[in-house]
Amino acid sequence: MVEHGDIRVVHRGGSKINFRKPVITNDSRFLLCASGESVKVFSTSTEECIHDLRGHTDLVTGVLIKPSNHLQAFSCSADGTVRLWDFTDGILIKVRLLPSIVVCPLFQLVAVHLPQSGDQLVEARELSAVLTGISSNPAATVFGRGGEYIASANGLQLEVYFFKKQKAYRFSLKEDNKKGGKNTFTCVACHPNDDCIATGHEDGKIRLWRNFNHKKEYTYSTLHWHHSAVSSLSTNLLSGGIESVLVQWRYNQENQRDFLPRLGAAITHIAVSPDGALYCTSHSDNKITIIQSCVKVSAVIQGLVKGESVGTDLMIDPRSKSLVLNGKPGHLQFYSLQRDKLLYNLDIVQQEYIHESGLQQFEVVKAAFDASGNWLATVEERKQKGAELELNLKLWAFDEQTQSFVLNTTISAPHEAQITGMCFSHATDSQTTMLVSTSKDGHFKAWQLAAQSQTDADEGPSWSCDFVGAYHGLVPECCSFSADGSLLAVSFQEVVTVWSPASWELLTTLSQPPKAIRNLCFGRLSCSKYLLGTTDSNLLCCWNLLTCSLEWSTSMDVSLLLADPLSENMAAFCCQAGLFVFKPSEPRPLFSQKAVCSGMVTRAVFAPREEMLESCEESSQWLNRSQLYFLTQYMVNNTNRSAVKEKKSLVIDDSVAMTPFYLLLGKHRQQQQGGDDPQSGVSAERTPLPQGSVAIKELLQTPAHVLPSTSFLCSMFVQSLLISVTDSREESKHAEEEMESEKEEEDSEEEIESSRTRPEQQAAVGGGEAAESAAPAMTKAQVRELRRVKKLDHSWLAGLLDS
Amino acid sequence: MGEFKVHRVRFFDYMPSAIRAMAFNSHTERLALVRADGALEIFNFADHYFQEKVIPGQDGRAVEALCWVGQRLFSAGLNGEITEYDLENLRPRYTVEAYGGPIWTIGSNKQGTLLMVGCEDGTVKMFEILKERIQFQRNLERQKGRIVSLSWHPSGTLIAAGMMDMIRIFNAETGKEMQHDPESREVVVWSVAFLSDYTIISGDSAGKVQIWDGLTGTLVRTHLVTKWDVLCLSVSQDESSLIAGTSEGTVVQFQFISSTVDQQEEEWVRTRTFKNHSHDVRALAHTETAVVSGGMDTQLVVRPLLDKVEKNTQESAMRKIALPHRSLVCCAKKAGLLLFQFPDHLEVWRVGESDGHGEENTHTHTHTHTHTHYLILPSPSSSSLQVSKLPKDLCLGHQLCFSSDSTKLFASSRHSSVIVVALNQLECKYLHTLKPKSGESRLALFFSSSYFQLDKLSIVAIETTVTIYGSVCLQLHCTVPIYSSCPTAIAIHPTTSHLVVVHADQQIFEYSLVQKEYTEWSRKLQKQGLHSLWLERDTPVTHVTFSLKNPAHIILHDMFMFCIIDQSLPLPESKTLLYNQMTLRSLPEQERIRHSHAFKICKNFKHVMCVSLLEDHSLVVVERPLLDMMSQLPAPVRQKKFAT
Repeated sequence: MVEHGDIRVVHRGGSKINFRKPVITNDSRFLLCASGESVKVFSTSTEECIHDLRGHTDLVTGVLIKPSNHLQAFSCSADGTVRLWDFTDGILIKVRLLPSIVVCPLFQLVAVHLPQSGDQLVEARELSAVLTGISSNPAATVFGRGGEYIASANGLQLEVYFFKKQKAYRFSLKEDNKKGGKNTFTCVACHPNDDCIATGHEDGKIRLWRNFNHKKEYTYSTLHWHHSAVSSLSTNLLSGGIESVLVQWRYNQENQRDFLPRLGAAITHIAVSPDGALYCTSHSDNKITIIQSCVKVSAVIQGLVKGESVGTDLMIDPRSKSLVLNGKPGHLQFYSLQRDKLLYNLDIVQQEYIHESGLQQFEVVKAAFDASGNWLATVEERKQKGAELELNLKLWAFDEQTQSFVLNTTISAPHEAQITGMCFSHATDSQTTMLVSTSKDGHFKAWQLAAQSQTDADEGPSWSCDFVGAYHGLVPECCSFSADGSLLAVSFQEVVTVWSPASWELLTTLSQPPKAIRNLCFGRLSCSKYLLGTTDSNLLCCWNLLTCSLEWSTSMDVSLLLADPLSENMAAFCCQAGLFVFKPSEPRPLFSQKAVCSGMVTRAVFAPREEMLESCEESSQWLNRSQLYFLTQYMVNNTNRSAVKEKKSLVIDDSVAMTPFYLLLGKHRQQQQGGDDPQSGVSAERTPLPQGSVAIKELLQTPAHVLPSTSFLCSMFVQSLLISVTDSREESKHAEEEMESEKEEEDSEEEIESSRTRPEQQAAVGGGEAAESAAPAMTKAQVRELRRVKKLDHSWLAGLLDS
Repeated sequence: MGEFKVHRVRFFDYMPSAIRAMAFNSHTERLALVRADGALEIFNFADHYFQEKVIPGQDGRAVEALCWVGQRLFSAGLNGEITEYDLENLRPRYTVEAYGGPIWTIGSNKQGTLLMVGCEDGTVKMFEILKERIQFQRNLERQKGRIVSLSWHPSGTLIAAGMMDMIRIFNAETGKEMQHDPESREVVVWSVAFLSDYTIISGDSAGKVQIWDGLTGTLVRTHLVTKWDVLCLSVSQDESSLIAGTSEGTVVQFQFISSTVDQQEEEWVRTRTFKNHSHDVRALAHTETAVVSGGMDTQLVVRPLLDKVEKNTQESAMRKIALPHRSLVCCAKKAGLLLFQFPDHLEVWRVGESDGHGEENTHTHTHTHTHTHYLILPSPSSSSLQVSKLPKDLCLGHQLCFSSDSTKLFASSRHSSVIVVALNQLECKYLHTLKPKSGESRLALFFSSSYFQLDKLSIVAIETTVTIYGSVCLQLHCTVPIYSSCPTAIAIHPTTSHLVVVHADQQIFEYSLVQKEYTEWSRKLQKQGLHSLWLERDTPVTHVTFSLKNPAHIILHDMFMFCIIDQSLPLPESKTLLYNQMTLRSLPEQERIRHSHAFKICKNFKHVMCVSLLEDHSLVVVERPLLDMMSQLPAPVRQKKFAT
């Protein structure tokens, strides 16, 4: 792991395995399914992924066993190729390019003549359109008995094309029957021996079509069990839908049917092994179930469950290092990033899930781990139309014996409105664990594990509310604990309040108007004195908590901000999927890339590496300790990791640093700001503007009673308007140090950082404070002085004398 | 059209009785239907499903089964008698006691020479069909249980009989039992069908339709159709389709089709399910193009098979016949009286003053004095109706009619003759019999009389012929040219003496009795043709009346609308809007005249039994909402509904 490599975005997995119908091989040993850009080969008995057939450059849209050689399989992809694989060995045999088809608004079914040739890359030129205007759903097109005809359904029309006679028959249904059922076709299946086509419909009916080689004397019978759309049908007359019940109909005795209920989620595809012994069903929660002879679920292949939205953020379970997010309805899933496999589901809601569309059910919306992984807090909510919001806050303790989380406390209705943020105190050594939740009802609450003083001591400690905080009736949005747990930052729209969790005292307020704060994040390790926040007005701000002032801010459209728990690094995702990795204390971003993926990055997380990398590349150092995983809208789970195989190391020169981010950052760094009093900071911090006007503004905005005499100010004011000759780069660090200590004395804020970090930290502050001894009286220096004068208030005279 | 004060009458508690049995004659395209009260109805399917004939039922004569033999119609019932109907005179021709207890089923061989009945005592009795009557021939071997259903093999040699728990096959010649197909548990084989390829299909009380090999007696296939009973079966003429009616109100179709496209091997496959009934389907008929079903919910449903008819035509529309195609309500225009005709009694109501709701006092009895005005009494059995002493010839009347001065009563009688009776305060005296031309022995169906400036007339409509008689001289006045479709309503205009005839195919004719020819308006109407929407209506016009104020107005109604035809206005073009009353209302006065046409149709009323204009120019509309009728039905079999 000493090789250096550039940073690449690698698709790590978690892709849909229920996108297309899986295929069971002839010997029933393997299951092939399309998964993102690859085809995965699973063992039907052990659920293990045996091969990952990679090669396609776009989404794989279909897998098929080669009829003439059942050890080979075709796969087709949106990249316009058909590939032939030997799936037992995982070897690509042939690639066939399909000619680019003229884009037409309707889907066409084309017959492709596959030329026989020895080359690996073959271009198929012979294309003939069979049917036009077919449905884009592959389940709606199927070959009939012995490949003599093909049946395709689209909308309200079923089309049967006989290859021998080259004749097509079309059968349409009425748009809507009287009872409001929808007749739209959803899927088609053909009987393997008889000429009977089964079609599934939107209203849950299954029609069996016969005599379809007649224009008029065709006939069909109707079977009805499903209450909503039949999403899948198979040749064995198996059907499934949202009810998550597999129904087996007996052909010709359709009144008798067998059910396999409680399959967990809506059935999207059903595949049957050629000998009929194995069925497999794909489910909407990215799961493939393998069923033996319609009675026993023998194996479950579970991918990353991705619901409608990832309500909970991506989290890393500190114990198992697995990715945690909400999965199945009412569950949290623990997903192994290394093995791309679901470890287990934790049932949070603990209620029966009713499979019906349009029903509002409890959903896990927030979850948080404490630093040691001993506690898990979850929030579930249900909002029914016209009913009050139902909220539950649950706290789970890790049970060593069972190695899983056990429900400790349920707090029903912890807040009166939706919970917007939740976090645990990070301090690992502190005696009490603390949880803070913010809600739209205008309060934030601190929850603490209280030792049980009551009689039932065997119950153990439980959680209770410790403190309820509010700030001017504003709605809190985000909350964050500092790394040592000594500070709590809660954002109230555009105001960030900093509290001391020990005494519940409001320490300071920071503000960066005009828009509300979107993200809030404390720096880690050496940067723990910084608090970073993003606002709706596309501003990334960094406050120094020692000076209680804005360290820097930059205009950047940040959608996601997160801190690496193992290093000082922070990652910010822009709206156009741009990624910047930076240290709050350093001027340049460590890494920047314009578009790491297509589409927006919705969620991301730093996951610690199992073993540290020894990379000395500056640009990839930040990935030594942890990897950055992110979730996009289309591709499910990507990770950013250094590619070790590629020797070509990409040097990030200074031109990279000339990104807008850097330019702004650098500019703001030059414009140092004095540590204002927390009380007056709100107005003083506002809008750092170009240098000249700052002085004027400062002069005009400062209350008159704290200003020095006009005669004193006049000379400074005039000087400020003169053109500066030298830069403010030469600053003495001594004075700075002096200032720091001075400040420490003033604010009785205890500094818990180890002495080791302090000098570094102070050095990093750079030109945080102006030096009094700056020999040339420059405009900037003057302004700074002016500010300082104002700050010192009563002792301004003394300060002036010094200079 | 003007505005009317409307008496909306909804208290006519007419309740048709349940349909019990059905038989379809494919040669004459007539469906015979028998109801639970024994009433027999004949529908002419060739003539727009018009209800041609009704023979009222009799007490204690519950008919269980019907059978056409050629043109002759036989029925058998639980009273143990076989009845042949006289379809000309609308009465039973004769009854024959079978001496086997209640009869459950009746059937004939294909040749039409033999009739068989299945009796309660387990015998199948064969009757020879002679020209004028039937004669007992012999019994087949007597069985232990009752014979519930029978079917004759088309060759006439074998008979399948459905019984309790089993199906037996008899040799029709020897009467010997050949074999039986035992059922496993207690079931009633409600219906059997013997196909020409020796397949027997049975429907039983276990809800199964089973297909048997009739030669070997083996079960070929079982279709479980319902949780309840399969009550009846019907096979199409070409034996390619079979329908089964169930207690759930569904009709299930089976088709004899090959499983693969090219192969010849065919099998019975369950295909469609029709659900048009809320209650038991007791009777079924499989015509060439349609499934005809009827049952406990009293409606006759004709459901065309869409693979046999052209789509989106009048033929492919489903028909539900719920109300009779005759007027059961009479209105005395001057006195403001309403006469409701029930199968066994009459009700007379007086039209009251409308105070918004609740009106009209009743005279609930049979007899009425109509001295002030004439009143038509279309009573089914006039023998129970009239004044104390009736002439002997008046024992059977299907329709009655008073002359306008109430001095004469006309009654239709057998052999299409009309009996004229003179009336005065106390007694009635037989005057004359109007006889049709020799050779025609058909029945008088329609009947009206009117004041005519020269003479007093009565008209008689005999199936498709309309004949006019002078009522003073009592001689044939003229005959209206014959039209192919049945007249459904006839009336003579009181002042202009034009005869208006509406036929089952919705055509309207106006005939001048003075000139003895079609009037100018009628010719114009025929030349231009009726509006297509008018012709598409599927219920016949059952009553025609006239406005006393405006002689150019003809008022007629069917089940779903009433229409005032203004003869002074232009006829609607084929492209104009027929139902234009709502649009006319929104137009200004001048525009309105330009857009209005002769047919002014009001669709505000549903299930109309009668529309009549009283002398004070108020309108009486008698409705019988189907929902009210449905609510009087007994509860259907319980069915599990989803999410209940």
